[in-house]
Amino acid sequence: MTTLKIPTPLRYYTEGQAEVTVSGSDVAAAMRNLVEQYPTLEQHLYNGNGELRAFVNLFLGENNIKDLQGLETPLSEGDSLRLIPSIAGG
Amino acid sequence: MSLVISEEILGQIYAHGEEAYPEEGAGFLLGYDDEQRHVAQIFVTENAREDEARHNRYLVTPQEYLQAEIAAELLGLSLIGVFHSHPDHPNRPSEFDREWAQPFFSYIITSVNAGKAVESRSWRLAENRSIFEEEQIEIEGIEG
Repeated sequence: MTTLKIPTPLRYYTEGQAEVTVSGSDVAAAMRNLVEQYPTLEQHLYNGNGELRAFVNLFLGENNIKDLQGLETPLSEGDSLRLIPSIAGG
Repeated sequence: MSLVISEEILGQIYAHGEEAYPEEGAGFLLGYDDEQRHVAQIFVTENAREDEARHNRYLVTPQEYLQAEIAAELLGLSLIGVFHSHPDHPNRPSEFDREWAQPFFSYIITSVNAGKAVESRSWRLAENRSIFEEEQIEIEGIEG
């Protein structure tokens, strides 16, 4: 199991929890497990093609998964993931 | 739910938009919700977009997001939204704003025309993400 920290704007969808537990052998599976547990999060995290939206950043410990193996980054028992949205606009 | 903000804090948002002009300026709204949403403080951020894009785009790095979230928690507040300026453009959200918007957050947009902040409006993303809906701003300290 992996702990996943949830940013403030998405906590409404996790019953107010700032941290949830997810399962999955890699980051992609953990994120799918997250939206299985909290289905109303899906439209905010995934686009119509089933891809994570561009504002979703995931950190494993201190490292952005983009600098690791992306969504295929393997997870081990006790790992800690953090979801941080890119805040952007124009 | 309307957004309650003091004249003083709105003035800080105006000032930040004017300082950033002709580029976009941005930051976070810290506050709390009861029957209404209250802005208690702002957290100013750097515009992390590349030089040539800052006139019509803003970006807050994940590191600054985290700093703002921690600052809010230390103050017993929450991140309740984002403010940014639209230099020489109306204070309505762009399509780009909508694509990148977070649910739950209030988005205050301030028009800065020829270097002078003129008006702010606040917007919230609809649950199905299709549109932004305007939220009333109530300015404390102004009668009526």
